[in-house]
Amino acid sequence: MSLSRKDKDAVKAFWALASKRADLIGSEALTRMIYVYPQTKTYFSHWKDLSLGSAPIKKHGKVIMGGVNEAIGKIDNLTSGLLSLSELHAFNLRVDPANFKVLSHCILVVMAMLFPKNFTPEVHVSMDKFLAALTLAISDKYR
Amino acid sequence: MTSLTKRDKATVKAFWDKVAPKVEDIGVQALSRLLVVYPQTKTYFAHWKDLSPGSEPVRKHGKTIMTGVGSAVSMLDDLKGGLLPLSELHAFTLRVDPANFKIFTHCILVVFANMFPIDFTPEVHVAMDKFLAAVSLSLAEKYR
Repeated sequence: MSLSRKDKDAVKAFWALASKRADLIGSEALTRMIYVYPQTKTYFSHWKDLSLGSAPIKKHGKVIMGGVNEAIGKIDNLTSGLLSLSELHAFNLRVDPANFKVLSHCILVVMAMLFPKNFTPEVHVSMDKFLAALTLAISDKYR
Repeated sequence: MTSLTKRDKATVKAFWDKVAPKVEDIGVQALSRLLVVYPQTKTYFAHWKDLSPGSEPVRKHGKTIMTGVGSAVSMLDDLKGGLLPLSELHAFTLRVDPANFKIFTHCILVVFANMFPIDFTPEVHVAMDKFLAAVSLSLAEKYR
């Protein structure tokens, strides 16, 4: 399910609007993921505070959405563009790629919450395909 | 969900050469296993009279599927392009939920391990798993 021209345009157009609240999207999505899928806490056991609305989670959510922003700029070649991020996740962080699906889901939920009028079904499918492509690119170096 | 390296492709081709003579057996066993272990998949074959393991329709269709996998082995350098017609078939006509590609892949790998215990080394396992994942991705291409 590669990204069509239409998908890429939809992602960029929606992101032009949503990027203004990138930090909020990131912190909300990560908070939600840790709360709704507690098994993901395993990757953040080095943080003191994993409660709802904690500072480390909010901060890290921003970092993640920064990565998403970078990926949108490289939407025409995600695999090579995200090589170093893939290496980071594969060799250092060792996040099980199954979790990328979970986080993607949380990001989509937060986008729907924050942009109810703009997050139409058409935008939804394009963003979902984009996050799936992003997931694939990040997973590239695992094996 | 990683791209196939040169080494992966060579491993896949070498292993396929070994197992190709048994394509029919692999097919019937993998499909039978799918229907028994994951009964929800029977929904796609409600038009067959006999869904029992090793039955005639299962044998025939298992062969069709594994022959398709065999042709994918010869398209390793462009799976998306080569499997386009099959992707359209699955997306528009058969409408198989792509989640089932994962479980069928699993069944195929189990049958490989079962039938070729010496050749199905961890190295072959990872290459075949990556290959079947790439085939699944290409088959899912036309869905949306």
